[in-house]
Amino acid sequence: MSRALQSIGRSAIGWLLPALLLAGWEIASRAGVISANVLPAPSAVGAAFWKLLLSGELLENIRISTLRALSGFVVGGAIGFGLGLANGLSALSRGLTDTTIQMIRNIPHLALIPLVILWFGIDEEAKLFLVALGVFFPIYINTLLGIQGVDPQLVEMGRIYGMSRSQLFIRVILPGALPSIFVGLRYALGIMWLTLIVAETISASSGLGYMAMQAREFLLIDVVVLSILIYALLGKLADSLARYLERLSLQWHPAFQNV
Amino acid sequence: MAHLVLDHISVHYGNQAQPAVTQASLSVNSGDFVVLVGRSGCGKTTLLNAAAGLIAPNSGSVTVDGKQIKAPGADRAVVFQNDALFPWLNARENIGFALKLRGVAAKERDAAADRLLALVKLEGFGSKAIWELSGGMRQRVGLARALAAEPDFLLMDEPLGALDALTRERMQTLLLDIWAANNIGVLMVTHGIDEALLLATRIVVLAPGPGRVVRQIDAGFGRRYASGETVRSIKADPAFNQARAELEDSIFEGEAA
Ligand SMILES: Nc1ncnc2c1ncn2[C@@H]1O[C@H](COP(=O)(O)OP(=O)(O)OP(=O)(O)O)[C@@H](O)[C@H]1O
Ligand SMILES: [Mg+2]
Repeated sequence: MSRALQSIGRSAIGWLLPALLLAGWEIASRAGVISANVLPAPSAVGAAFWKLLLSGELLENIRISTLRALSGFVVGGAIGFGLGLANGLSALSRGLTDTTIQMIRNIPHLALIPLVILWFGIDEEAKLFLVALGVFFPIYINTLLGIQGVDPQLVEMGRIYGMSRSQLFIRVILPGALPSIFVGLRYALGIMWLTLIVAETISASSGLGYMAMQAREFLLIDVVVLSILIYALLGKLADSLARYLERLSLQWHPAFQNV
Repeated sequence: MAHLVLDHISVHYGNQAQPAVTQASLSVNSGDFVVLVGRSGCGKTTLLNAAAGLIAPNSGSVTVDGKQIKAPGADRAVVFQNDALFPWLNARENIGFALKLRGVAAKERDAAADRLLALVKLEGFGSKAIWELSGGMRQRVGLARALAAEPDFLLMDEPLGALDALTRERMQTLLLDIWAANNIGVLMVTHGIDEALLLATRIVVLAPGPGRVVRQIDAGFGRRYASGETVRSIKADPAFNQARAELEDSIFEGEAA
C-alpha cells in the first residue's frame, strides 16, 4: 500500500514543475506581463482546444498525422530492422551493403526535403518517404549493434545445445540483441515526430503541422501553441508506450527492475 | 561405460605460425577425473574444445565409444569459465533449457531443475534472475545446467577460475561429490596445482610451443575424498606435498624441453 503510494508520488513529482510553470504563465498573462500576441494564456489555448475539438478538426488532424507517422515508421522500421538483422547475421550481406548505408547516413535526411518535394510534390508519399528514411537509421544501426554485441559465449552455448540456426536466432540472438533494439526504437520514435512536424509544416494540406501553419497565416497564435503542445504530448505518449514495452520484454534485465 | 578418446590430434588455427596443439593423445572413461594443466597458451582450451566438438582437429581423431565426433552433443556437457548463462532466463529456466529443447513438459523440467538446484546446494534460488546471483552461485547453476542433460562427460574449462579461494574450495568438494555420485567422466582445465592434485584421477601435463602432452600422472587423492577422507587430512598427508613437487617439476621440465 505505502509502496503504491510512493510510486504514485514518484511519478507525480515529475508533473509538479510543468504545473507550476503553467500556473505562472497564466498569472503572468492575466497580469499583462506577457502580451497575448506573443504567448496566449493557457486558458486561451484551452479554449482553442475545446473549439477545435468540438468542430472535429483537431481529432481529424491528429488522426491524419498519427497515421502518417506510423506508416512511415512501419516502412522505415521494417526495412531498418530487416537490414540490421541481415547484416548482423551475414558477413556477406554486411560487406555488400554496410558501406553504402553508412555513406547515406551522413546526409541529414531533412536536407532531402527540396528533392523530395520535386519527386513527390506534397503528396502523402513525400511524408512517408521522409519519416521512413529518418526512422530507418536508428533502427538499422541499433539492431546491427545489438546482434554484433551478443555474447559469443552464449552463441557457443547454443551450438553446444545443438540448436538449429532458427532456434539459435529466436532463443539466443534476438533476446541478446533486444536491449539495443529498444534503444533504437525509442530514438526512432523521436525522429519520427520531428520529421513529420517539419515535413507537414513545409508541405501538407492536412495534419497537425498544416493546422499550425494555417493558424499562423490567420494569426491564431493560440492554435499555433496548441499544435506545439499536442506534438509534445504525442511524442511523450509514443515514448511512454515504447518504455512500457521495453519494461515488459526486458524484465530480466537488471536495468529494468522495479526497485 | 563410455570412452572419450583424443588420438594424436593436431589443431592449427588458420592465422597462427605454429600449431596450437600437435599430436596430443588422451582418453577419459566414465568415472575418470582427468585434469589438464600447463602454462597459458599451451592448448588446454583447444583440446577441451576439440573434445566438445566445437572445433575440428586438422589431423587425428576424437571419438566417443569408437564413433567419430563431428559436432557438440548432449553426451558431452560443457562448463565455461564465465558461466555463460542466458541472462534473460532465471536459474531454473537455465537449468531446464536443454530439456525444453528436447520437448520435455514444463512441469517435469521444473522438477528436474529443482532437483539439480538441491544437488548444487541452491534450493529456493530457482526463480532468481542471473544477475541476482553471486559468481559462485552462477557457476553452480552452470554446473546444474550441464548435468541436466545427463551427460556421460563433463568438460570444464577453468570452471572455478573466477572464484575467490574459499568459494573455490567448496566448489572443489562439490565437484568431487557430484563426480563420485554420478559415474561421469570429467575433463577439466585448471591453473591450480593443488586443485589438479585434489580432484584428478589423472593429470595431463601440457607444454607450449607447440602445445603438446608431455606427461600423464595418475593421482588418487580425489578417490580418497570420495571414500570419506576429509580434504584437510588429504592435504596434510606428506604424499600430497610430494606429489605437488613432482607435478611442478614435470610442468617445469616440459617447458624447459
Ligand atoms: N580462435 C583462435 N584463433 C587463433 N589462434 C588461437 C585461437 N584460440 C587459441 N589460439 C592460439 O592457440 C594457442 C593455444 O590456445 P589455448 O586457448 O588452447 O591455450 P590455453 O592453454 O587454454 O591457455 P590459457 O591457459 O591462457 O587459457 C595459443 O597460442 C593461442 O594464441
Ligand atoms: Mg584456456
